[in-house]
Amino acid sequence: MAKEKFDIIQSTCIPIAIDNNNTDNIIPARYLAFTTRDPKFYGDAFMHDLRYNANNEPIADFVMNKPEYSEVPSKGVHEIIIGGKNWGSGSSREHAAWAIAGYGVRVVISSSFADIHRNNLLNCFVLPVIVSEAFQQELFDTVFANPKAEVKVDLPNQTVTNVTTGKSEKFEINGYKKHCLVNALDDIDYLLSVQDKTEAFEKTLKKY
Amino acid sequence: MGKTLFEKIWEAHVVQVVPDGPTQLYIDRLYAHEVTSPQAFDTLRDKGIKVFRPDHVVAMPDHNTPSDQQEVINDPVGRKQVETLAKNCAEFGIKHFAMGTKDNGIIHVVGPEKALSLPGMTIVCGDSHTSTHGAVGALAMGIGTSEVAEVLASQCILQGKPKSMRINIEGELQNGVTAKDIALYIMAQMTTSGATGYVVEYAGSTIRNLSMEGRLTLSNLSIEMGSRAGIIAPDETTFNYLKGREYAPKGADWDKAVAYWKTLQTDSDAVFDKEVTYRAEDIKPRITFGTNPGAGIAIDETVPTFDGLSEAEKTQLKAQLDYMQFEPGQKLEGTPVDYCFLGACTNGRIEDFRAFASVVKGKKKSANVVAWLVPGSWLVRQQIIDEGIDKVLEEAGFELRLPSCSSCLAMNPDKVPAGKLSISTSNRNFVGRQGPGARTVLASPLVVAASAITGVITDPRKI
Repeated sequence: MAKEKFDIIQSTCIPIAIDNNNTDNIIPARYLAFTTRDPKFYGDAFMHDLRYNANNEPIADFVMNKPEYSEVPSKGVHEIIIGGKNWGSGSSREHAAWAIAGYGVRVVISSSFADIHRNNLLNCFVLPVIVSEAFQQELFDTVFANPKAEVKVDLPNQTVTNVTTGKSEKFEINGYKKHCLVNALDDIDYLLSVQDKTEAFEKTLKKY
Repeated sequence: MGKTLFEKIWEAHVVQVVPDGPTQLYIDRLYAHEVTSPQAFDTLRDKGIKVFRPDHVVAMPDHNTPSDQQEVINDPVGRKQVETLAKNCAEFGIKHFAMGTKDNGIIHVVGPEKALSLPGMTIVCGDSHTSTHGAVGALAMGIGTSEVAEVLASQCILQGKPKSMRINIEGELQNGVTAKDIALYIMAQMTTSGATGYVVEYAGSTIRNLSMEGRLTLSNLSIEMGSRAGIIAPDETTFNYLKGREYAPKGADWDKAVAYWKTLQTDSDAVFDKEVTYRAEDIKPRITFGTNPGAGIAIDETVPTFDGLSEAEKTQLKAQLDYMQFEPGQKLEGTPVDYCFLGACTNGRIEDFRAFASVVKGKKKSANVVAWLVPGSWLVRQQIIDEGIDKVLEEAGFELRLPSCSSCLAMNPDKVPAGKLSISTSNRNFVGRQGPGARTVLASPLVVAASAITGVITDPRKI
């Protein structure tokens, strides 16, 4: 997946108000059999079976197909998803994070994320932002009332702001991961850089 | 203050805590399957690096494997993925259990039964049901493909330390109630996110009395309540199960290992971040009615109504019931089923086939259902044959298929057609999980067996 440095993102949002939006929803299993890493392939499959019917026609009343939310993400447009509770539950498939990143989304905001998916998002340089349930509801209300409403996610200061109301919350991220996102560094390079520590540890590791 | 079993295993594997960051955790065993590994191997090729500790990695295809024949995978996409795994394993020097060979099967069935998963280990795999291996007293977690690449490259992952939870089940299980019902019961109590952020330890007299197969089923389903892992402290049941298996330590090594494994217990004065207790007597055979595994009821209960729900809750329940074509307040017992599936990493072990056979013995499969009986591994399949269970199944009108993930997730030919109702021992009843438009009711092997005989959702205690 493309690595893009993270800073401040201010954008309109796609509200996907589905609780327990599991990774089977985010990308159905049949897209998992491919060995490609093409972001567009996975982006096109994002929420596929809720977006399209069995004849591959858009389902008109699904939020991503409504004209006001259907524009594909670009700078300032639909780079943020407001998601329901327990976003990304179920299967560990990183393809779900590839789908979100491949579609062009940079940030997912929810009141809770499933653990594996949250790690996968971070490893794909998509920022999962945890807010209170009350603020999540406020963001849904704002974005449903006005699709042009913007949300500002400031990673350096760890704040998320509803630009319409001015209300803001702090969000958590550890210093290491923040550094990775801001500088577009990934975990594998870090782990390779500390291989001497790993080798020293192996000598002390208890067998069985 | 004492330590929990989880803390003991975790601390034994901490290479370092990254400053203001996660823990660098050493991994004893990486399992890889064909679906979540190809892009990880590509990452290694991009970086021009080798697998750091190839002897710690074991790979096998399972998701795309057909269950009717294993000469060829007809779907070119699935075939390429399985071939890619074989090629990657050859290139990077990794042990590979090829499709159709006696070593193959579903990773989460094969790992424990070959004693590749042992107490005290840290185990990861690009698969959420890796939690299964926690049943042997290991810390076993599902990971994503980026993390698979990290482990291939460094034998480590970076993880924040999860919180700890103990779930105690006390008392004696009622007739017709299995480990699957315990898991479905816990999920309905806790919801599918009730254990998010936690490593769960299962304890209590009911758990102590579970067989190894039952424990594997319970740990398998830990992820369905959001848990990072589901551990069960090793005991005589664990040691008896592992002893003599292919990769278990032998001779003096075995004695040394058991001495260590016996220390893998939560100390009596350890404190968990959260602790809950349930009574085994409160658990009945269970089924699900909705599109997440927590949306379940006892088999003799009715589908919930909208009474007392908020508008948002009502909308979400309605969406689930509309998809399942069930009504609020409906009794599901007696509802006609089209497909019956016994298998998956949840219930594809010998005990599950024994349970199924005990119900169908001397009876006949309903002509109205398609039944897929799919062992979790070639070892399980051989044991079914050795015990004569295949004959019992055959006489009752069932066919024993070949080891595969099969109908659990619609990545191989065993797909449930749109609109059809399936009663299944698998782990997820998500929208489209068993095939686009397929409707899934999760249940134990006993409930699935009883339903396969009558052709309707049936309480195994009544047949």
